[in-house]
Amino acid sequence: MSSREAILGRIRAALVDVPADETPDDVPVPRAYRRSHVEPGQDPVALFAERVADYRATVTRTDQAGLTDAIAATLFGRGVRQLALPGAFPVALPASASWEWHTEPLDIPALDALDGSITLAAAGIAVTGTIVLDTGPGQGRRALTLVPDYHLCVVRAEQIADDVPDALARLDPTRPLTFISGPSATSDIELDRVEGVHGPRTLDVIIVDPNHPEKP
Amino acid sequence: MSNHGDRGVVWLGSPTFPEAARSALKNTQLRGNLKRATSTIRDKRLAVSAELDDWEALRESAAAIKRRTSRHLEHYLVQLEQSVTAAGGTVHWAADAAEANRIVTELVRATGEREVVKVKSMATQEIGLNEHLAEAGITAYETDLAELIVQLGADRPSHILVPAIHKNRTEIRDLFAAEMGNWGQSAPDGLGDEPAELAEAARRHLREKFLTTKVAVSGANFAVADTGTVVVVESEGNGRMCLTLPSTLITVMGIEKVVPTWSDLEVFLQLLPRSSTGERMNPYTSAWTGTHDGEGPQEFHLVLLDNGRTDTLADTVGRQALACIRCSACLNVCPVFERTGGHAYGSVYPGPIGAVLTPQLVGVENAASLPFASTLCGACYDACPVKINIPEVLAHLRAEAVEAKRAAKRLPTAEAVAMKAAATVLDSPQLLAAAQKAASVGGRVLARRGRIRRLPGPLHGWSDTRDTPAPPAESFRTWWRKNKEGEQGER
Repeated sequence: MSSREAILGRIRAALVDVPADETPDDVPVPRAYRRSHVEPGQDPVALFAERVADYRATVTRTDQAGLTDAIAATLFGRGVRQLALPGAFPVALPASASWEWHTEPLDIPALDALDGSITLAAAGIAVTGTIVLDTGPGQGRRALTLVPDYHLCVVRAEQIADDVPDALARLDPTRPLTFISGPSATSDIELDRVEGVHGPRTLDVIIVDPNHPEKP
Repeated sequence: MSNHGDRGVVWLGSPTFPEAARSALKNTQLRGNLKRATSTIRDKRLAVSAELDDWEALRESAAAIKRRTSRHLEHYLVQLEQSVTAAGGTVHWAADAAEANRIVTELVRATGEREVVKVKSMATQEIGLNEHLAEAGITAYETDLAELIVQLGADRPSHILVPAIHKNRTEIRDLFAAEMGNWGQSAPDGLGDEPAELAEAARRHLREKFLTTKVAVSGANFAVADTGTVVVVESEGNGRMCLTLPSTLITVMGIEKVVPTWSDLEVFLQLLPRSSTGERMNPYTSAWTGTHDGEGPQEFHLVLLDNGRTDTLADTVGRQALACIRCSACLNVCPVFERTGGHAYGSVYPGPIGAVLTPQLVGVENAASLPFASTLCGACYDACPVKINIPEVLAHLRAEAVEAKRAAKRLPTAEAVAMKAAATVLDSPQLLAAAQKAASVGGRVLARRGRIRRLPGPLHGWSDTRDTPAPPAESFRTWWRKNKEGEQGER
């Protein structure tokens, strides 16, 4: 008998108390929890900005017209010069000799030699201050936002879900997903939180929000 | 699977909990480290769980999803196998630790590689995978900072979430300076003991391993039956490195980690980070489904591990322990854990959840002291995000442990004799009155200034660690008869 059959047989034997005609749906699962913890009247985009900043990431809000300038100001402030870029990146980048753009495909040593990366996102989650990447358009492979030490992520306001249930419903689980809440961190030494271990040690987020122009 | 003690869950040769606890309690450095750490994380957890006013509804839902899954585990495992296979992964079934180790070793050998990078994983710790790989000439590099500390120190983890919680920054600095060079990139000269500096040393030490190692081994926090999606929740980015850069990924997960649907994760992804690190969300969560063209590992193996879980499932009271999502909130609130630390439990699963899980995974006769490593105060039950009634399972396992001891001896134990005698005395008003009188006289003989400091004979086990108040001169029943009985008719 294979181990597969042995284990499944042991499971059946262990569950003799479960009636033979019981189906999974016969076991009730109450769903009395809230779909969203955003309060009525609360602006989810403002909440998202606040919660992302809580993780010591830096958040900028701008409208579409101000995006290119916001990217330039953010990158300039960080002093990053060589940046990885997903293929067919759909945002106008600042025209300046200050930056070198390296477009995918990029192998691991090439990524390791760069200062940072710039991507779009698949979704945001307001209550938890999370951005989600699914390797879709403008996001690149997962390594792009992992190997370089800096990540600048551009999120559109309409991509921001109120809370975790809404966000999961928007995502396609068959794609590779990365949920990012602030820069990489550890609390392994005396439970003292340190930002920055193996993932990017600095995370900047730009929210493109037509209702809240805030030009840099 | 002849000897359940071989399942790896317990460190064989460890002293029993009472002995180990006694020596741990003498280590004031350890007690200081633990108290500071557990009180910090308790406060954080309370603050972020209080933000969600439907916390109880989330717990109810999580417990129900886990109940549904465990009652129909065969259905969900077969469904998971189909989904993962359809998405390009390969599923393996391991009845016990030895089989899981053999499967992983053969998979690594098939790649021709001699090194693997590892994401922190309770399941691979449980089966002793690193030691097994080492015997086969394969080096496993732990990449979580705390696991790295444990590995460099040839130490044992003492906490589910923060395995090096028993070590302070200076001890870690000394360890890095002495040992990093033996495993790869040395620690920089003049390394200080600030946590940020130590984290930087770990980053540099592991960087080259991440960028060049071809095989990774991970555990799983969740696996979704209907989509085949596997989820790893982490903080440092070492998980992302291992799950993304190598060409082969081997994931070892306990069969109880399966959840029915993708949307069920909306409950667990709210509960787990808040209960575990006290954050609204952990820095990184990775989810992948089989293999993805041109992206991440092109070969994915999922090893489904039993190793005592089906034995646990067979116990209708104890099976709720399989709902555990390894958040470690119960450790941080436990008055026993806070004082003894994790090593005293002698198991990869310490604290309250370890006290109920370990004896079930290895057989209660192989971990008989663990169900007693608790005051039954119930703080663990209150903290548990999936509502495992740990005190209920503890009491149930205590009965089993006593029963197992009796069966082994074929003679009644002292506890059994004492309980039987107590039952006889409590059943009879005459015997109870006589016993109380005897206790009153005897107690006053032993007592000094109203306290009994040392009880005679086998009872000294009780008085070794606590004083006993002297019994009163007369029992309440005697006092009532003298003073109050006549008043009843007057009301």
